Amino acid sequence: MIISTKKPIEEIIKALEGETKVIILGCGECATVSQTGGENEVAEMKAVLEEAGKQVVATDVVHTGCAELDVKRVLRQHKEAVEEAEAFVVLSCGAGTQAVRAATDKHVLPGCDPLFLGNIQRSMDFLEKCAHCGACVIDDYGSICPVTLCPKGLLNGPCGGTSHGKCEVDPELDCAWVLIHEQLKKEGREDKRTRIHEPKEWNIVRHPGALVERRQLGDEKKLGAKKKLEAK
Amino acid sequence: MGTYRDACNSGRFVVSGEIGPPKGTNVEAMLRHIDLLNDKVDGLNVTDNQSAVMRMGSLVVSGEIVRRGGDPIFQTTCRDRNRLGLQSDLLSAAFLGITNVLCLTGDHPVVGDHKQSKGVFDFDSIHLIQCCRKMNEGYDWVGNELDGATDFFVGAVVTPESDPLEPQLYKFARKVEAGTDFFQTQAVYDMDNFQRFMEEAREITAGTGVKIMAGLVVLTSVGMAKYMNRAVPGIFVPDALLEEMASVPKEEALHKGMEIAARHIRFLREHKFCDGVHIMAIGKEEIVPEILEMAGVRADA
Repeated sequence: MIISTKKPIEEIIKALEGETKVIILGCGECATVSQTGGENEVAEMKAVLEEAGKQVVATDVVHTGCAELDVKRVLRQHKEAVEEAEAFVVLSCGAGTQAVRAATDKHVLPGCDPLFLGNIQRSMDFLEKCAHCGACVIDDYGSICPVTLCPKGLLNGPCGGTSHGKCEVDPELDCAWVLIHEQLKKEGREDKRTRIHEPKEWNIVRHPGALVERRQLGDEKKLGAKKKLEAK
Repeated sequence: MGTYRDACNSGRFVVSGEIGPPKGTNVEAMLRHIDLLNDKVDGLNVTDNQSAVMRMGSLVVSGEIVRRGGDPIFQTTCRDRNRLGLQSDLLSAAFLGITNVLCLTGDHPVVGDHKQSKGVFDFDSIHLIQCCRKMNEGYDWVGNELDGATDFFVGAVVTPESDPLEPQLYKFARKVEAGTDFFQTQAVYDMDNFQRFMEEAREITAGTGVKIMAGLVVLTSVGMAKYMNRAVPGIFVPDALLEEMASVPKEEALHKGMEIAARHIRFLREHKFCDGVHIMAIGKEEIVPEILEMAGVRADA
């Protein structure tokens, strides 16, 4: 789940300076779960913007805000409002905002600050456990990811900043390396504890990531970064 | 004066000091400390943006120590440079006549004075150690041949008071395996704990010739000691030392801290618990010669 927070409303109103007619779009997936861009938040944003003198000409919650075809279909349903609108406030992660970007040439602005790919530990309690590093190595670490859960992403053991099982970066945060050793001990996998791991190959996840999968056509799965390299 | 490497290989008790480059261009105090210590210690660490606080660079200051006839221990962390930057700096270090490199992870930017900056950590300390080894063999990290190899004496750190200790010992073993020549420990104050740590460490380094120097940070006040206990990961000042520091008036606290450091040096040397000490006086380097005198240690003895 992509976890986001609400942008300060003053920031949004400032960005809308000189514009009156606004469409507010939310996302039915992640932004709904993190309570930043669901039905409630869209309604809340409508009230706040109207209070600030804006005219909200349409609101909607796209089922999947980052599905560009979904977004286009929703905008077609609001054809008149879209023509009339001067700006789109998008309550979702940056992917959702840019899905709207791809559907209109008008002013599109984010209403949320995207944070991380989060596990939902319980309602409104999110923790990042995967950093999308391109080559999953967590079997070597008792399936506790040091790339993500260690703020330094250390691959070969704790730094000197570990203290009573906690991290120097945040005293509330467990030291990932203490958790990893405990887990590997439980599993009895001494070989994993004594191995030196190579540094990550960051070229695999060079931005922008891109993947075109056409399994039905018999093509092999290709990572965009590699594909682009081959093309050059 | 011989080199730090020669001192380590000689089998005698090794002493190193530490220089923290200034925050600014005023190098007067730093140069005074360098000149004061160069012939009193076997090697002089130069810290690399210590505690993630931006300062003058360790590379250039290490080069200056060479120029002034000393032997620097060039600290380099993985926090501020990626693998290109680290290797480039290592070649630059070789050019400046620097041979001792201390490979560190580096404190996270959020504990320093540029909290908004992005920590790099492209390599970890193990990779940096391996990289020094490769460069010594005449290759860069990816295996390209170097036109002229390096000749680094490769150091690393370990935290004897790390809690829990086990993950730290595993990392220590990986550092030994990666090709570390010498270790300097995080500051230690509890000699019994340190002795127990050294027993475990010696088991790991058996048959390798790896040298281990105990890190000593000179206590300057009881407040500073309590602060370290509370806020510095991996440091433990036992109650007995806190009481000892508190037993003297404020103005004598520094002298008491020096006495304690000297006592620990004597103790470690007499019992051969480790191969030397690394003394960190944190901005008060002028007290180091007196501590060595109190401990009856001369670097060239």
